Amino acid sequence: MIHLTPPFTEEKIRALKVGDEVEISGVLYTGRDAVHKYLYEGGALPQEVNLRDGILYHCGPVVMRDEQGGWKVTAAGPTTSIREEPYQWRIIRDFGLRGVIGKGGMEGKTLKACQEHGCVYFHAVGGAAQVLAECVRKVRNVHLLEKFGAPEAIWEFETERFPVVVTMDSHGVSMHDTIYQSSQKALASRL
Amino acid sequence: MRALADSLLELIRRTSAEIPDDVRRAILRSLEDEKKGTIAASALKIIERNIQLAKQKSQPICQDTGSILFYVDAPVGFDQIAFSEVARSAVTLATKKGFLRQNSVDSLTGKNDGTNVGPGAPAFHFHQRRSPDIQVRLVLKGGGCENVGAQYSLPCESLQANRDLDGCRRAILDAVLQAQGKGCGPGILGVCIGGDRATGYELSKTQFLRMLDDRNPHPDLDRLEQDVLKTANELGIGPMGFGGKTTLLGVKICAANRLPASFFVSVSYMCWAYRRQGCDLDAEGAISQWLY
Ligand code: SF4
Repeated sequence: MIHLTPPFTEEKIRALKVGDEVEISGVLYTGRDAVHKYLYEGGALPQEVNLRDGILYHCGPVVMRDEQGGWKVTAAGPTTSIREEPYQWRIIRDFGLRGVIGKGGMEGKTLKACQEHGCVYFHAVGGAAQVLAECVRKVRNVHLLEKFGAPEAIWEFETERFPVVVTMDSHGVSMHDTIYQSSQKALASRL
Repeated sequence: MRALADSLLELIRRTSAEIPDDVRRAILRSLEDEKKGTIAASALKIIERNIQLAKQKSQPICQDTGSILFYVDAPVGFDQIAFSEVARSAVTLATKKGFLRQNSVDSLTGKNDGTNVGPGAPAFHFHQRRSPDIQVRLVLKGGGCENVGAQYSLPCESLQANRDLDGCRRAILDAVLQAQGKGCGPGILGVCIGGDRATGYELSKTQFLRMLDDRNPHPDLDRLEQDVLKTANELGIGPMGFGGKTTLLGVKICAANRLPASFFVSVSYMCWAYRRQGCDLDAEGAISQWLY
């Protein structure tokens, strides 16, 4: 188990390999369909958000107001990443992302951007909404809430030991490709 | 009607927050099967902890609380319209209480009015029967796993799948291969051989009402179920597609008559967050017994 803590430098990210189990402590920014399309089309990031050396989490959380008027995350599982495949590469390139978290994996354009710019794809356990919500210690802020609504907004989560697996690294290796190929071979011999 | 409303609300809460025992047992068994220290074992441990946490906090197991599918067996003379009205209000109330996410979107406008009620949502399947009691079952079917479902039309040349059981086997295993971990595996397959395109998918979903450890009374289908399960678990796809021994937790197959002109194999994929529950209702609508 690798414990990843800020700053998320290129060096730390390049050291990660497919199959590494990682726990992330530090800030994650959520972003899903609306955010990706917006940034891809040249939309401006709110000033307080800095994605450089940051990690973007494909997640539409369920967040409630607590008694003190703060925010409390009640569900925070990953959403399917492949929908962002048309946009992700440019956001990695232009905003300097070091990590993307989601589920289901992504494809060639993203893999290439990871290799060129020093970024990795982390896979969280799909459906584990409760376990992952527990790893969010604090909601630091929320951006573009009025514009996009709660699930699509950019939430700033402070996490502790958020569990993920590297399934696409910065060296051009994708676990999704290798397992597809090996399982295809295994099936062919059993038909 | 008060008792019925309370019963349906509790059915929804329990289905969303608590995995049925047969599924829990299958997940624990697969955790034992996976080698210690592998990614597959870690993923299953997280899944197991998530199941415990959800139950303890009475919160949805997964934030995608899915398509809401009611299956109702009722005697002749049962008022389906009244039942549907109560069930729709129960769904909206369950959404307000956070047992269900605001999860139903108008397909034309993209609007989500937050009620989980609209055309086709929730879905009701009523069956009349001679016995006097009422049985209600509920399945919450997630979207990620629904997206990896597949329907094959045999013969299919690219799969070398003919119109026979071997052809069905090839089609079903291709669905497993294409799904990889994308349906939040380990998964459970519900399959229908035959029917038209609509009834094929519909019947494939009724297979999710079966107990995971039951056996198919039809010997050919039983053999196919066991074979597909064993073969799928030899492919090394594993939980979430991380590699490992547990690709599927179960395979359930039924058959329906078809036209001479068509031969469909319809495969529905259920994620590990296999939410199904049911209850017997007494004459007042109170829950007399849980079914799973
Ligand atoms: S496929 Fe199932 S476990 Fe995965 S996100 Fe959807 S409902 Fe949840």
